[in-house]
Amino acid sequence: MPSALPLGLPAPEDGTLPPAAVDGAAARDFGLYVHIPFCAVRCGYCDFNTYTATELGGGASQDAYADSVLGELALGARVLTSSGLPERALSTVFFGGGTPTLLPASDLGTILRTATSLWGLAPGAEVTTEANPDSVTPESLRTLREAGFTRVSFGMQSAVPHVLAVLDRTHAPSRVPQAVAWAREAGLAVSLDLIYGTPGESLEDWRTTLTTALSYGPDHISAYALIIEEGTRLAARIRRGQVAPIDDDDHADKYALAEQLLTAGGFTWYEVSNWARTPEDRCRHNLAYWRGDDWWGAGPGAHSHVGGTRWWNVKHPRAYAQALEAGRSPAAGREVLSDTDRSVEDVMLRARLRDGLGTDRLTPAGRTAVAGLIADGLIEPAAAFAGSVVLTFRGRLLADAVVRRLLPD
Amino acid sequence: MSPMARTAPVPAATDPAIIRNFCIIAHIDHGKSTLADRMLQLTGAVEQRDMKAQYLDRMDIERERGITIKSQAVRLPWEVDGTSYALNMIDTPGHVDFTYEVSRSLAACEGALLLVDAAQGIEAQTLANLYLAMENNLTIIPVLNKIDLPAAQPEKYAAELAGLIGGDPEDVLQVSGKTGVGVEALLDKIVQELPAPTGDPDAPARAMIFDSVYDTYRGVVTYVRVVDGNLRPRERIQMMSTRASHELLEIGVSSPEPKPSKGLGVGEVGYLITGVKDVRQSKVGDTVTTLVKPAAESLGGYEDPKPMVFSGLYPLDGTDYPVLRDALAKFTLNDAALVYEPETSAALGFGFRVGFLGLLHLEITRERLEREYNLDLISTAPNVEYQVTLEDRTVLLVTNPSEYPGGKIAEVREPMVSATILAPSEFVGAIMELCQQRRGVLGGMDYLSEDRVEIRYRLPLAEIVFDFFDLLKSKTRGYGSLDWKADGDQVSDLVKVDILLQGDQVDAFSAITHRDKAYAYGVMMTGKLRELIPRQQFEVPIQAAIGARIIARESIRAIRKDVLAKCYGGDITRKRKLLEKQKEGKKRMKMVGRVEVPQEAFIAALSSDESKDKARK
Repeated sequence: MPSALPLGLPAPEDGTLPPAAVDGAAARDFGLYVHIPFCAVRCGYCDFNTYTATELGGGASQDAYADSVLGELALGARVLTSSGLPERALSTVFFGGGTPTLLPASDLGTILRTATSLWGLAPGAEVTTEANPDSVTPESLRTLREAGFTRVSFGMQSAVPHVLAVLDRTHAPSRVPQAVAWAREAGLAVSLDLIYGTPGESLEDWRTTLTTALSYGPDHISAYALIIEEGTRLAARIRRGQVAPIDDDDHADKYALAEQLLTAGGFTWYEVSNWARTPEDRCRHNLAYWRGDDWWGAGPGAHSHVGGTRWWNVKHPRAYAQALEAGRSPAAGREVLSDTDRSVEDVMLRARLRDGLGTDRLTPAGRTAVAGLIADGLIEPAAAFAGSVVLTFRGRLLADAVVRRLLPD
Repeated sequence: MSPMARTAPVPAATDPAIIRNFCIIAHIDHGKSTLADRMLQLTGAVEQRDMKAQYLDRMDIERERGITIKSQAVRLPWEVDGTSYALNMIDTPGHVDFTYEVSRSLAACEGALLLVDAAQGIEAQTLANLYLAMENNLTIIPVLNKIDLPAAQPEKYAAELAGLIGGDPEDVLQVSGKTGVGVEALLDKIVQELPAPTGDPDAPARAMIFDSVYDTYRGVVTYVRVVDGNLRPRERIQMMSTRASHELLEIGVSSPEPKPSKGLGVGEVGYLITGVKDVRQSKVGDTVTTLVKPAAESLGGYEDPKPMVFSGLYPLDGTDYPVLRDALAKFTLNDAALVYEPETSAALGFGFRVGFLGLLHLEITRERLEREYNLDLISTAPNVEYQVTLEDRTVLLVTNPSEYPGGKIAEVREPMVSATILAPSEFVGAIMELCQQRRGVLGGMDYLSEDRVEIRYRLPLAEIVFDFFDLLKSKTRGYGSLDWKADGDQVSDLVKVDILLQGDQVDAFSAITHRDKAYAYGVMMTGKLRELIPRQQFEVPIQAAIGARIIARESIRAIRKDVLAKCYGGDITRKRKLLEKQKEGKKRMKMVGRVEVPQEAFIAALSSDESKDKARK
């Protein structure tokens, strides 16, 4: 069962955005997220909006899915124009899921082509797809590269079979180096997604995963602490005592190990959970989320943001397809952020970035917290003197607490 | 059977010979108020249509808890053999905390109904009040109530009562306040058995105050029993303890609604209104006389109410302090036993140190403050009053551990109580063990019947105010009952244990304990706090100390991770809501130095849950 959508205001049927969304749009990057809500198997820890073929039943097949997305892209282009937003080429495109590579590479290419024809691709645009190591072939990766993809992010998660088993991941660990090599041959930049803190994973298991991942020579690594989400099978197994609960101290140890090994391996953090080999290797689409840029999220359950208006689509692929067929916006709800909400989000999101949060974005009360954070070793003193809040290593582990202190009112 | 009186005797013109003054001695849930209800109905004092359950318990809290806190007097007309009598029923508080008020109520009567639940038998507090009644030479009418209950054992408990007060088990009346069975016979018996009051109608007036209640509209309503002479409206009266004089604006009887009369004569019971606004100007136990023809001697027996248990009351929300201050000021208008003074706690902010008669008094007062003034309160662990003599012979009275002097102490005296415990005899061993642990000294033991025993101990008051009653109940499977009264003081080897959070003393958690128990307190409190205080961004040592000496230590490890790894695929809304929730949680924290302590932790660490159980019982 995927996680619940937020409660918000109803979204208008035609998707029109409020005038405030236009303010300052020219200065913000514009991106596209495409959600592919299919998986071969549902993993026990995952609460993303995704469905297996059997869960879906009739009426919302994978075959017809690309057509629905094309419908939403056309709607998106219309809505942005009619709402008065300036024409902006796509800086980034990201296909996520689910397992985007469950769709034929040609379908992914068609969607990307349509987006390009509607908005255009900015020079040097980043175009990424997530991929399961066992759902790619040398041919499919070549097809993606030819269609304009620049980057692939593999869901490696762990190099240790018993850890993968708890996560219900089906790929053989040996598939990963092969998939990475094929992607390299096809001319794609490579990122690896890792998960730490899985019940039963030892610190040594995690070390194995990190060194193995480094040995494959990726450009980018994301390392996420496992979050036990309500309603997942893993949450139920923990509740029943079948697997051990997660432990924040264990997570802290593993985060420290990741920082140590990835840094030694030539990577540098640029966001709390993300490391890149060079600044050019950072995932710009991911950064856009933390910087409050604009993006259109297409697909069931996808979230969008344009100039302080956030909205989210209906979750079920069938309801999604039906809305588009009827010419309606598939949005289920939205919220129009107040100025206060926007500055709160600014602090909450930017504080996670190595590039830092300008102290000019803080309220006067928030600025008074800065000295205390320096004293507690949670933010970098030199950066603070230069007008920017940048987390120290310890501060990254306590980032939410830092954010609360920066938002005292 | 007697009929309802056709003509009720008129106040101020009633021959003492047709007056009967009585009270009801009963344990909390033995059905006193229900029986009183039946009497009100049968005598026609309350019309059927006006009847509501527990008519005399005026406060909601009394009705809910089924206990009477303040007494009241009701004049009931009743006819026996063609003569109309005036029966004055004085409703007494049933709880140990209010012993003094009980004793004054008893002193206003010639007789007492000893009311006992036919399914439970007599309890310690009832027994204590019975002794008080017998000391006052009251005529006792033993009554078993609730005989309609399937579990009633009237024969067994009739024998127990007869054994206690002498007489024949056959003479024990059996009634049901619920169904009304036996209540008419009981009213007849009151007329037949109880002596009429006596007094000198020509002597200077003397009336004893047995209750004093503040009323928003009328000011203080004072309940009196006239012993000699009489009181008339518009007269100037004088309080003999203070010599303060007031004009009698109104005088009358409760039947049970107040009814002004032309006065009150010898033996009569009624109320006075003088326009005073504070019950301290009209104190229970004081003697009222007239200014024109004052009595030479008071009736005696007056005592100033003495608070025994002290606790700090603090509003959870500091901005509620003025509300609490005003509420306490209003409460003292109606509660002469309540004393308070402002107090500041480094941990809890601004509050009051409040003195109570006992734990139930504390609990009821706190609950009423919270309910009637919509306050959330923290009450600190209850304390007794210690008399500390310094080496320079200065004497300090300490009711708050944070005022306990450091060093240079010559001697500390602590208040003692004599406690009476009633329980089935199988629990004697467990009770003795408990009392021994609480530094008790056995005073004696008597068998009330084959399987019920009365045990008497002298104990430090401090040992029974925290969780003693709770433990007694659990060790006796709920059958044990307790009564206590103040019994002087004694020198004890006491120390103050401080609790330090990250080196900062938290005054709210300090305690004065016997030296032998200091370690146990330290271990208990540090352990409790380790569980209750969430991990902080730094390690927090929790220490218990006597002076500079650390006797127990725990530590809360620093939190190392407080960050959400991901952004939920662009669902920033969810992330912001989570932040808002976290910030909301932070608002409910109190800062102790740099340590964030949830208010729940203060409440849990300081709560005296047993006092609630006690009140519920």
